[in-house]
Amino acid sequence: MATTRTRSLLARIPNPRLFCAGALIMLAVITLIVIGMVWMPYEPTAMSPDRLQGVSAAHLLGTDKMGRDILSRVMYGSRITFLVALGTMAIGAGFGILVGAVTGYYGGIVDEVVMRVTDGLFAFPTVLLALVIVSLFGSSTLNVMWALGIAFVPSFIRVARSEVIRCKHLDYVKNARLMGVRDARVIFVHILPNVSGVIMSNVMIGFNNAVLSEAGLSYLGIGSQPPYASLGQMISEAQEIFFTVPSAVLGPGMVIVLMVLGFSLMGEGLRAAEGRMA
Amino acid sequence: MRYVLKKTATTLATLLVVSLLLFVAFQLISGDPATHILGTGATPERLAALRAELGLDQPLPARYLMWLTAFARGDAGVSYVYHQSVSSLLSAKVPVTFALAAMSFVLMCAIGLPMGIACAKHAGSPIDRAVMVANQIIMAIPPFFAGILISWAFGMGLHLFTPGGYVSYETSVPRFLGYLVFPAVAIALPRAAQLAKLLRGSLLEEAGKNYARTAYSRGNNTNGVLYGHLLKNAFLPALTFLGMSLGTMLAGSLVVERVFNIPGISSILLASIGNRDYPVVLATVMLIAVFIIFVNLLVDILYKVLDPRIDEE
Amino acid sequence: MSNITRKSFLSLSALSAVGLATCGSDQGGAQGGTSGDTDTLTCGMTQDIDSMDPIKAESAATRELLFNVYDGLVKPDVEGNLNPAVASDVSVSSDGTTYSFTLREGVKFHNGEVVTPEDVKYSIERYRDSTTGGSLVSAFAAVDHVDVVDESHVDVVLKEPDTDFLAYFAIGITPASVADLEADPVGCGPYKFSSRSPLEKVVLEKFDDYWDAEGTAYIRTVIFKVTTNTDSIGMELAGGSLDLFYRLPEAQLSQLSEDAFTIYEGGMNLVQALYLNNAEKPFDDVRVRQALAYAIDPQQIMDYVSGGKGAEVGSSMYPAFAKYFMPELNDVYNQDVERARKLLDEAGLKDGFSFTIQVSNAHPQHIETAEVLKEQLAAIDVTVDIQQIEWSSWLSDVYTGRKFEGTVVGVDASALNAPSMLSRFASDADNNFVNFSSAAYDKAYAKARAAIDDDEKTELYKECERILAEECASVYIQDLPSFVALAKRFTGYEFYPLYAQNLATIQPSE
Repeated sequence: MATTRTRSLLARIPNPRLFCAGALIMLAVITLIVIGMVWMPYEPTAMSPDRLQGVSAAHLLGTDKMGRDILSRVMYGSRITFLVALGTMAIGAGFGILVGAVTGYYGGIVDEVVMRVTDGLFAFPTVLLALVIVSLFGSSTLNVMWALGIAFVPSFIRVARSEVIRCKHLDYVKNARLMGVRDARVIFVHILPNVSGVIMSNVMIGFNNAVLSEAGLSYLGIGSQPPYASLGQMISEAQEIFFTVPSAVLGPGMVIVLMVLGFSLMGEGLRAAEGRMA
Repeated sequence: MRYVLKKTATTLATLLVVSLLLFVAFQLISGDPATHILGTGATPERLAALRAELGLDQPLPARYLMWLTAFARGDAGVSYVYHQSVSSLLSAKVPVTFALAAMSFVLMCAIGLPMGIACAKHAGSPIDRAVMVANQIIMAIPPFFAGILISWAFGMGLHLFTPGGYVSYETSVPRFLGYLVFPAVAIALPRAAQLAKLLRGSLLEEAGKNYARTAYSRGNNTNGVLYGHLLKNAFLPALTFLGMSLGTMLAGSLVVERVFNIPGISSILLASIGNRDYPVVLATVMLIAVFIIFVNLLVDILYKVLDPRIDEE
Repeated sequence: MSNITRKSFLSLSALSAVGLATCGSDQGGAQGGTSGDTDTLTCGMTQDIDSMDPIKAESAATRELLFNVYDGLVKPDVEGNLNPAVASDVSVSSDGTTYSFTLREGVKFHNGEVVTPEDVKYSIERYRDSTTGGSLVSAFAAVDHVDVVDESHVDVVLKEPDTDFLAYFAIGITPASVADLEADPVGCGPYKFSSRSPLEKVVLEKFDDYWDAEGTAYIRTVIFKVTTNTDSIGMELAGGSLDLFYRLPEAQLSQLSEDAFTIYEGGMNLVQALYLNNAEKPFDDVRVRQALAYAIDPQQIMDYVSGGKGAEVGSSMYPAFAKYFMPELNDVYNQDVERARKLLDEAGLKDGFSFTIQVSNAHPQHIETAEVLKEQLAAIDVTVDIQQIEWSSWLSDVYTGRKFEGTVVGVDASALNAPSMLSRFASDADNNFVNFSSAAYDKAYAKARAAIDDDEKTELYKECERILAEECASVYIQDLPSFVALAKRFTGYEFYPLYAQNLATIQPSE
C-alpha cells in the first residue's frame, strides 16, 4: 500500500526537474543542519583573537567581530531558524486549517465569532503581533515560535474557510451530504483533499513566510538569546561589518534564501501539473 | 446595505477588543512610562509622584474607560515621552509609512498581476519557467536582506541614493519619493513574485475545471476563456492575497524602514513600545487595525460582488 | 492625513521610478558628506532625546545635545575643571554652606532677554521641585533656599556643608519668563533650538549673541539625526548622510575610509561592570563575588568587544576623573582561575553554580561583554544565562525593582563630582540597586561628605573606592572606549570627562 502510493506519487510529479532541484537544495540545507548537530568546525560561541577575518581555509566564511567562526554559527543558526519555522507552521497551519475548515463548513454564530476574532488578530500585522507577544513573555526561541505560530493562525483560518465555503456549494459535496455522509468525513475526506492544492501552496508560502518573518523579527532585535543567534539575527548583527567581512552577511543570507527556495521549488515541482491553458 | 451595517458593527466590536487586549498587555509588561521617564534617577517616592501626575495610579478599568471615552471623541491623548498630542505626533509619521506602503503596493500590482497572467497564458514555456524560477529566488529573499543588498549595491556601489539620506516630504516631495523607491522595491519584489505565482496557480487550476473545458470546446480562444471566464474566478484567491498584502506592506515597512532609517510609523511604534508610551502605541495600532479591517471589509464586499453564492444561505 | 494626499502619493509613486535617476544623480556626488558644505553639520544619535527641557534630561544622548543649548553658572571644560560661565565669579563660605555667585554682565538668552538673578533662582527652584524636577531632584534637595542679593548677585544656601556641590551648578539656566521649555526651549548656550521632529531630528542654529566670544560656535546649523539602526551607521557615514558620530562601535571603524573621516578615540566616561545583586544568593557571600572577579579578564573583554581598546577600572570611578581615579585598584583581582575555584570551594560551591545576567537590548557593547563573561566564567563552572530585556524592563525590574542576579551596564556621572559615582553604594541610598551594604563604606562615605578640606576629602573618597574594590561590590570591568568619526571637512572635536558633546568647538578644516 505504502509503496504503491509512493510510486504513484513519484510518477505523478509533473515537473521532476524542478522538484529535484528543490529537493537537492533542501537536502543540502538539511545536511548542513544535521552535520551541525554532531560536528561543527568550531564551537559556535568560542571566541578567538582572530577577529574580522575574511574567508580562509581555516574559516570558510571568516570570523565575526568577536572572532567566532561564522560557518559554525551559520550551522547553528540554521538549526534555530529551521526549527522555529517548523514549529510556527505546526502551530499556525494545524490550528488554522482545523478551525477554518470546521467553522467555514458549519457557518452560523460560531463561524461569525471565529471570523471576528480572526479579523481582530488579522488587524495586527504578523510582526506587530509577534512583537507584543514576545514583549509579554520575554525574548526566546520558543516564544518567537509561539508568537509567530499564533500570528499565522488567522491566515490559515481564512484560507481554509474560504476554500471550504467555496466547495460546499459544489455538486460533489452536496451529493455527499445528500447521501448522508458524516460532516467530519465530508470536511476531511471530501473537501480538504480537493482543495489541498491551494492549502498546500499556502502551507509552503507559510513556511517560507515563517522563515522570513523570523528573520524580520530578529532584525528588530527579537529572537534567541545571545550568544546564540538565528540566521536573521546574524545578518542584522553582521550588517555593521558588511564591508569588512561580506561573508558575515552573505553567508547566513544565502542559507535563508536556499532554505526558502528549496522548499518552494519542491512545491512548484509538485504544483505545475495542475493545469495548462489549452 | 444591511451587510455593510452588520460588518461595521462587528468591526467596532473588534476594535474594542483589540484595544482592551493591548491595554491589558501593557499592564502585564514590566516597566511603565514613569520608570522610563525617570530612568536611573528614579526613586520610589518620585515614581509614585510621577505616576500620580500622569494618572497611572488609577486602576486599569478606570484608565481604560478614560482612554476610550477620549478616543471615541477623537482625542488620542498626549504622549508621555514626547509631551505632545499623539495625533500631531502621528500625523507627521503616518504619511511617510502610507506613502511607502502604497508605493510598494502599486509596485507589487504593477509587476505581479501582468506577470501572473502572462505566465499562466504561456504556462510551460521556457519563459514561464525562467520567470517562475526567478520568482522563487526573489520570494526567498527577506525584505530587510534585500534592503541591505540594495543599500549596498545601489547606494554604496552605484551612488543612486545616499543610504540613510532620507528627505522629508516637507522638504521636497520628489526627493522624498525618490528615496522611498528603494525601500519600496525591497518590500514589493517578494510580494509581487508571490502574487504572480498565486495568480498563475489559480488561473491554471480554473483552466482545468469543467466550465473552462466547456468554454474551450465551444471554440473560445485562450484569451477569450482567460479574460471572459477564468480571471474572474481565479481572482478570488488573489483578492484575499491583495487584501492581506496591504497589511503585509505595512508590516514590511516596519522592518524595512529601519534598514533605510526612514522616520515612519515603525520607529515611533518600536520606540513607544520600548518607552511604554501606550497612548502612542494604542493609537498607532488602532490606526493600523482600522486600516486593515477596512481593507478586509472591502475584500469581503468585493468577494460578494464577484461570487454572489457566498450569501446564498 | 486626507484622502487627497494619499491619492497623490499613489499617482506620484508610479512616476517616481522614472524620476529616480535624476534624484539619485543629485546626491550622487555627495560621497563623503553633504558635499563641501561647511555651514551644516549632521550628527547622528542612536536614540531620540528625552526632552528639550534640561530638568527632564536623563539619557546620555539628551545631556550631550542639551550641553550645547543650555549654559550653567559654571561650565565644565575638557579637563574636568568647572569654569565660570553665566556667573563670572563664585565663592564658597568657609563653613561650606553658602555659594555666592556674581552674574556675568550682559549674558543673553536665545530670546534676547538678559539673564537676571531671578532667572537663576527660578532655574534652581525648578530643579529642586519634586513635582516637576527630573533626575537631579535628590541632589538639589540639599538646597535650603536661594537669595537674590542684588541685580547681579545670587546666594545659594545649602542645608548642610557640601563642598562637592559646585558641580551641580552646571545645570542649565533658563528664563523665568518661559514656562514651557518643552515647546519653547530657551537657554543661553552657544546653540539655540530651531526645530524638532520626534524620532527624526533636532535642529540647532548658532546663537550669535553668545556671551563667550571664544566659545562661540563656528558651524551655522547642526542637525542631530536619530539613527536607530546602530548597525548601519558606518554605511550612513560612508554614504555621506552623517558627518559626525560619537560612540561608533569599534567594528564599524574599518568601514570608513581614512581619507574621508578623522577618528578620535576617547572614553565613554562610565563604569562598566558585572553588577551583582549583593542581597541575592550566592552573591551575598563576598567570596563568591571575588571568585567571579578572579575568573574574568577585563583585557580579554576589551579585545573581543572593542579590539583591545578601553580602559580597565577596578572600582566605581572612571579614568577621566583623574583626581579620584585609582589605577592601582585595577590589580586587586588579576585573573587567577585557581584562586577563583578555591574561593568558590570555600563558599561551598565546589561544583559551580548558574545565574542569569540581564542586559538591556539597547546596548550592544554590554551584550557583547556579557557574551565574553559567559565564556570566561565557564572556566570555573559558573554557567551564565544571558537574558536580553528592553531598557524599560531593565529600569523597572533590575534598577528600581532590584529583582536580578547579575547585570552588565555602564554607570555614569550626572555631575562632575565624586558623589555622582559613589553615593549609590551607601547602604541606605535609594539608588543602591546592587544592594551593597558595608558599615565601613557607609562610615567612610559619610566622613568624606562632611569633610571641608579638599585633600582630606579626596583621600576619604579614595578610601571608599578601595572598600568597593576589596569587598568586590561588583565585578568592575572597564570604561568603554568611545570612537568618534568626523568628516574630514570639519575639525576640532574634543572629549569631555562626562556626558557632553561640545559642537561649538567644531569648525571647518581650512
